[in-house]
Amino acid sequence: MNEQSKIAALNADSEPVAFNAALAEPFNVLIVGVGGQGVIMVSKVLAALAQAHGFEVKQSEVHGMAKRGGAVFSHVRFGQRVWSPTIAKGEADVLIALEWAEGLRWLPHLKRDTGVFICDTKRIVPPFACLNRKLGAKMRYSTETAEQVSAYVSEAYAIDATRMAEELGNDRAANVVLLGALSTVLEFSLPEWEKTVTSFVPKKTIAVNTAAFELGRNWIVEAKTATPADDAAAKAAPVHAHYSARLEITDAWCKSCEICVKLCPERCLTLNADRIATMTAPEKCTGCRLCEWLCPDFAIRVHLDTEAAVMEAAR
Amino acid sequence: MHTPWQAATALKSDAKELRPLTGNEAIARAAWEAGVRVAAAYPGTPSTEILENLGTYPAEDLHAQWSTNEKVALDVAIGASFAGSRALCAMKHVGLNVAADALMSFAYIGVNGGLVLIVCDDPGIHSSQNEQDSRIYAQLATLPVLEPSDAQEAYEFTKLAFDISEEFDTPVIVRSTTRLSHTRSTVSVGLRCEVPPRVFLEKPSKNVMIPAHARARHLVVLEREAKLKEYFAASAISQWEAGDKSFGIVTAGTCYPYVREVLPNATVLKLGASWPLPEQLLRDFCASVERVFVVEELEPIIEKEIASLGIKVEGKRFFPRAGEFSPEVVRGGLVQAGILPAPPSLNAWVPEPVVRPPVLCAGCPHTSSFMAVRASGARVAGDIGCYTLAVLDPLRGIDTCVSMGSSIGNAVGMAKAGEPKPIVATIGDSTFLHAGIPALIDAVYNQADIAVMLLDNHITAMTGGQEHPGTGKTLRGDPAPQINYEALIRACGVQWVKTVDSYDLAATHQALREAIAYRGVAVLISNRPCVLDPIKIKGPPLEINASECTACQSCMNLGCPALTWSDEWFEGRHRIKIDPALCIGCTLCAQVCTIDCIKIASSPVTP
Ligand SMILES: Cc1ncc(C[n+]2csc(CCOP(=O)(O)OP(=O)(O)O)c2C)c(N)n1
Ligand code: SF4
Ligand code: SF4
Ligand code: SF4
Ligand code: SF4
Repeated sequence: MNEQSKIAALNADSEPVAFNAALAEPFNVLIVGVGGQGVIMVSKVLAALAQAHGFEVKQSEVHGMAKRGGAVFSHVRFGQRVWSPTIAKGEADVLIALEWAEGLRWLPHLKRDTGVFICDTKRIVPPFACLNRKLGAKMRYSTETAEQVSAYVSEAYAIDATRMAEELGNDRAANVVLLGALSTVLEFSLPEWEKTVTSFVPKKTIAVNTAAFELGRNWIVEAKTATPADDAAAKAAPVHAHYSARLEITDAWCKSCEICVKLCPERCLTLNADRIATMTAPEKCTGCRLCEWLCPDFAIRVHLDTEAAVMEAAR
Repeated sequence: MHTPWQAATALKSDAKELRPLTGNEAIARAAWEAGVRVAAAYPGTPSTEILENLGTYPAEDLHAQWSTNEKVALDVAIGASFAGSRALCAMKHVGLNVAADALMSFAYIGVNGGLVLIVCDDPGIHSSQNEQDSRIYAQLATLPVLEPSDAQEAYEFTKLAFDISEEFDTPVIVRSTTRLSHTRSTVSVGLRCEVPPRVFLEKPSKNVMIPAHARARHLVVLEREAKLKEYFAASAISQWEAGDKSFGIVTAGTCYPYVREVLPNATVLKLGASWPLPEQLLRDFCASVERVFVVEELEPIIEKEIASLGIKVEGKRFFPRAGEFSPEVVRGGLVQAGILPAPPSLNAWVPEPVVRPPVLCAGCPHTSSFMAVRASGARVAGDIGCYTLAVLDPLRGIDTCVSMGSSIGNAVGMAKAGEPKPIVATIGDSTFLHAGIPALIDAVYNQADIAVMLLDNHITAMTGGQEHPGTGKTLRGDPAPQINYEALIRACGVQWVKTVDSYDLAATHQALREAIAYRGVAVLISNRPCVLDPIKIKGPPLEINASECTACQSCMNLGCPALTWSDEWFEGRHRIKIDPALCIGCTLCAQVCTIDCIKIASSPVTP
């Protein structure tokens, strides 16, 4: 079991939700992920199942921008009578996440006392997470730990669905692994699940998707009986010597070719009034040395001073 | 499925079947059943799927087409109505701005074959440039607007709209919202009933809007509105649901389910039509309760109308005028109004959210265009499409974006106002055909010194990949004549026209420099298909030789989602890795890598 799978074992004990009470209050499932992961397919399967069961179903999602790697979410509500198509904060009975950070984003929507959280540990890091070019800067991606999550929700499963699907030879089946996991939480019969899932996947992929479904289902059953793994101390983040970058430009050697200006990734150089390369945004310079390497006349030297060296020089 | 009510047309088809449909699918189904012969639209979220769906019904039953813009689409539908067929036109809210000119006059003319205009608003601005309330257009044009609250009603109201259209000699607007259009629920559907087409009505006093005719027609329109008020007062689509007498809620459309969710036992007047409003019914309802609230998204249209009757009414004091409603918003307003007790605070844990806006796809051909635009140091008038996403870091290639087709006109204005930087307008192929051509002619005519970059990705990508006149295919996928952009642009009077391959970064940079250097209007066509639609393009992924990567971050300036920081560091900077599942092999990153450490992944040995 990987590090995050521990949450599963930490708090997993409840029985499937019994629908026989006829669901006077609607049952709320929130399915979230990133564009292209198959969020909508999961919600369609669930909606079809609930409808076949005779419930009124509303399935609501906002797409459009979603395809292009943005956050995607779909609300599925079913019961005797469903009014609002959307699930209010703190009202979701189940939260299924196809991506780790998206799962965390929507956690506040889960019912605190009874909500079930099923989350793929897959991490899709958006380009936005890598914008801070400061030397030693960290990626802007969720840092919440499994412990924080398990302290918040009553029942949580972190499952390597994408890796499991990859091992089956089709990473696109990760959402079906999660459907398998979901099937242990909701009281629809296994044949109903299998029939509905197969009707929503391409014919050629029925075998791999059936396997994926089984995997997800069995994984939860196992996780429920497993004992919590020991808390391995979180991997200490590597420490990076703090550098500061400094440019030394020999004006007399610069022949105004503008190569450095055009190729500096941080766009921090310009030609001044005398058409000599000058540093205009020193705070942006990462010390990548491209200007030094590319200048045909060796007019630029880049110095990366470590903090210690800076202190030394000051002394 | 709670409407105790049936559209008149529905009587004609009695075979009922239950289907899970989105609001848009339900509207398409209803239009088909109502015997629509001609349907036209220009794509726009959240309305796009209506025509896409109509295109799946038999071609013998109806002609469904993408038009070049919303005004053309409405004119096509109007033409079909003139010719005696039932016609449908669909658009997003801002599309109605484009089509408004035709709509205002057609409101005077009225219909021959029934005409229904579906307008999908976007409260909350999920995918638009604003959140205007289309009901104001109905008011302005003196037209009826129906507001369904779920997919079943979307189906029933659309059918009813055709009946109203023909009975009252009026175009009818059916207003949806993003939430309704994209929510799937069970709909009880019927069969198509063929409506025999009428013959062309040769009546210039009705069909030709010259001042003398228009003056007379305006009076007819006002009379028609009075009749519609009476009709809606008596119609079952105005639902008075009795309950607690201490207060009553007047609501319509998608707000109704939120009200019911929060107040299951309240007294509610659910209006099926939010214009024109049934005066007497409103008076009676308001008199029956102690306090009256109006719950409506966006503008206070119903609220103002009730207030104008001299009735004390509360609404926008408690329910916001901006953004989408939800059960939480409705509950919040009712708490503020003292109707509901404050809910216990959730005290929810809020994990630090990861910023995840939509981004250009890995390998998107727009990427290189905006690398070149950014490097050119120009002032950039942007436009609407996927490429608007280039406004975000790291591409940051756009200075302005107003509405479809605005870029070129904006650029002309900037040039004439003496903007010191060189000026570039960037515009997508579909947007160019939609509203860019008149602006380009304007630029030529007024001899503006601008460069236009036509981003030709061979599809209408932003809205999910619809065909247009440049793709050589119709809505149903049949072959169609294909626009020759270079010839078209030359015919507009542009002397400098050049096409480059978007995947050739150096050539794109070079050509853009030339276009900017050219004095006058220069058009550079950046040409490569979208990698997502109509077919998903996937070439062999590239790979970074980690030991060589100096972590200079040059490649990260592309904003390609397949590129990300690896766990390795180099001199305090993150080295880069490529996600092979996302990379489509466009080679742009390899082209910008100064170290030349990006290669095709484990490439097969070539002889
Ligand atoms: C008046 C109006 N109609 C429709 C839309 C919806 N819309 C936004 S972008 C777009 C298509 C853009 O296509 P294109 O210009 O080819 O750029 P691409 O997305 O392919 O890059 C459409 C139809 C809109 N915003 N405004
Ligand atoms: S080292 Fe040179 S090229 Fe690199 S960021 Fe600094 S100025 Fe730019
Ligand atoms: S859908 Fe096409 S045009 Fe839009 S971002 Fe993706 S590749 Fe680019
Ligand atoms: S080749 Fe480079 S820029 Fe193109 S999709 Fe792959 S990683 Fe992105
Ligand atoms: S451009 Fe090349 S050297 Fe620079 S960070 Fe990217 S892969 Fe590494």
